[in-house]
Amino acid sequence: MNVKLENLLTQKRSTILKKWFDVVIETYPPETALFLRRQKDSIANPVGSTIFQGIEDLFGELLKGINYERVSTYLDNIIRVRAIQDFSPSQAISFLFLLKKVIREELKKEIRENDLSRELSELDSRIDNLALLSFDIYMKCREQIYELKGYEIRSMFKACQKAGLICDIQEGEFDLKEGQNIDKL
Amino acid sequence: MAEVEKKEEREVPYYETVLGASPEKLATVDYKPPAKPWMDVPPKFKKLDYLNPAKVKWMKVIDLPFPREWSPPDEDWKLPENWKEIFLNGMEDRLKRFRSFQLFMDICVRCGACADKCQFFIGGGDPKNMPVLRAELLRSIYRRYFTTSGKILGKIAGARELTVDVIKELFKYSFQCTECRRCSVFCPYGIDMAEITMIARELLLLLGMHVNWAIEPVGKSFLTGNHMGLLPHTIKDFMDEYRDELEKITGFKVDVPMNRKGAEILYIVPSGDFFDERGVILTIATLLYFYHIGLDYTWSTYTSEGGNFGLFTSHEMIKRLNAKMYAEAKRLKVKWILGGECGHMWRVINQYMGTVNGPADFLEEPVSPITGTKFENAKDTKMVHIAEFTADLIRHGKLKLDPSRNDHVIATYHDSCNPSRAMGLFEEPRYIIKNVCNNFYEMPESCIREKTFCCGGGAGLGTDEQLETLLRGNFPRSNATKHVHEKFGVNRLLCMCAIDRAVLSMGLSYWCPQVTVGGVHELLANALVIPGESPRTVDLRRQPLKRPITPGKIAGKEA
Ligand code: SF4
Ligand code: SF4
Repeated sequence: MNVKLENLLTQKRSTILKKWFDVVIETYPPETALFLRRQKDSIANPVGSTIFQGIEDLFGELLKGINYERVSTYLDNIIRVRAIQDFSPSQAISFLFLLKKVIREELKKEIRENDLSRELSELDSRIDNLALLSFDIYMKCREQIYELKGYEIRSMFKACQKAGLICDIQEGEFDLKEGQNIDKL
Repeated sequence: MAEVEKKEEREVPYYETVLGASPEKLATVDYKPPAKPWMDVPPKFKKLDYLNPAKVKWMKVIDLPFPREWSPPDEDWKLPENWKEIFLNGMEDRLKRFRSFQLFMDICVRCGACADKCQFFIGGGDPKNMPVLRAELLRSIYRRYFTTSGKILGKIAGARELTVDVIKELFKYSFQCTECRRCSVFCPYGIDMAEITMIARELLLLLGMHVNWAIEPVGKSFLTGNHMGLLPHTIKDFMDEYRDELEKITGFKVDVPMNRKGAEILYIVPSGDFFDERGVILTIATLLYFYHIGLDYTWSTYTSEGGNFGLFTSHEMIKRLNAKMYAEAKRLKVKWILGGECGHMWRVINQYMGTVNGPADFLEEPVSPITGTKFENAKDTKMVHIAEFTADLIRHGKLKLDPSRNDHVIATYHDSCNPSRAMGLFEEPRYIIKNVCNNFYEMPESCIREKTFCCGGGAGLGTDEQLETLLRGNFPRSNATKHVHEKFGVNRLLCMCAIDRAVLSMGLSYWCPQVTVGGVHELLANALVIPGESPRTVDLRRQPLKRPITPGKIAGKEA
């Protein structure tokens, strides 16, 4: 990345992060947004703090170059939460695109004055890469939910089987001989 | 004109605003959901976000009104013709019968102290899961039909008409509350949200609406004595299997007293301990523990359920299901009852038993046969919690314990809602854990003891049917667990409730799979130093021990 844009982003790091956090939080209903923004304790407000921590970590990665292993964990932390909340898949990962919006708003003047559009589009494609990765992570979370559901159903089935509510045979329980059982009936 | 209005109302899917948009355009997209007053947001029912209605056959088994086939996403819920009248009459009746209900409808000052204390709001973000708003769903009806100001001023006084949508909304949010009572700890007036939810559910039940996850267990308990419908011979088979497993692991062949008349103590557990893989381990542990202390006790195949799903259904059902435990105690002629690591059982025993079926005069005031301690707190109910019983044994030095046998476990403790908030059982489990385990780390103070988060699955919500809701409600507890996992390497979340064991396992497998769930007495049994024991390299769940057990040695040294 061109040093200039990177410098600007570093300089305005805390303002950008705050704004980014605010717009992500605004994807929740207003009463909820108020709580998510105000409560700083990570135990009392796990959603707000997970999102804040997550975007802070992601912003750091965007600035210093993306390490995919690290970035996957950061994305996972946020997406795991939004994947079970009342969002469509696109809404769940929209938080990444919101960064584009924030940076454009925040650095409007500087971008125009210093002709940073090329650097900006580089940054955009980095964000887009994260968005692609986010699809995978979102899907992984959803798959996990269905696996969990499957697991619960299987254990209920097993419990029923164990309780003798479902017929099953054990090896050696009947006088079964390979190849001769149908004849016997 | 009508056309135009319709167009404006259409919700534009997010992707339509984004598809083909340049980054510049993206920067102008407004992502904020529209701010609407809560009364104007109709309830939606999404997959994995609602519980299935009670099945007709189970409704019939326990004589519930208007059994029918219906589903929450359906437009038509097939309400009885005079549903409004039934609902309002039911409300009037309850306002008269329950002074608490009348109070809770009147005294809330909307201070908001409870607003951010519910795990469903904290984890999911739906404002209607703020306790103050959850209560408002019913309170607005109360104002409209039972207060003068509401009748006259309507919306301005926070009142609203009772409509089908309101019924749908009540159904949705009554089943997104686990009746855990966390919020009431923070309310300056002690408004008990659980009681409001209980009444809301009773009113819905008058219209033939409840969830199968509660009604089927109630029906089965009514017919067979437990939620699963396990028959006596099945329970006997299970117990024999667990006895054999215990023998394979420890070499001890123990007795399994079943339905034994004249035993001193009747032992009651949640039925999950008989069949659920997450509860069975506790049964194996208990068999070893009681064998070791030579307890004169019996299990029962008839009162094979501590859990009382009547609590999630109606006050009448609480009474019906609670009565069977005492009937069995009478039949078996025991002196008193010992209860296992169960949740709701204890809420019923401590808060309802005395009124609905008590006092249990035909039983004796519980006295520990080993230490002689009188459990005066159980004078009325004649029922002692196993943690009280065990803590007393440890305090009197009656158990030889080697906590190093749990060195592979780094534990934290989740105060299960009911034993903690409904009976104040905070110290006993911690005392036991500290005596049987060298590595114990508390979660932050703001989410333990009386402020404990709910697992997210109490009161009939603990099913994968509405897994998303469950995972939201579970997030705060799992998040706090993850916190101690990252800080101290915690790998076991201890708790004292069957629903917890199932729901926390589900939740953690999504939020923090490195941590497993277990009961307190499992660790106790692991740590017991028993005369005549054999060498062993695994614990009771067959997990490898840090240091193999050498008979007669404590922490590797001569005992
Ligand atoms: S789930 Fe618990 S904290 Fe939430 S409203 Fe119900 S009783 Fe209150
Ligand atoms: S804390 Fe109590 S008084 Fe305050 S809003 Fe909640 S229920 Fe009402």
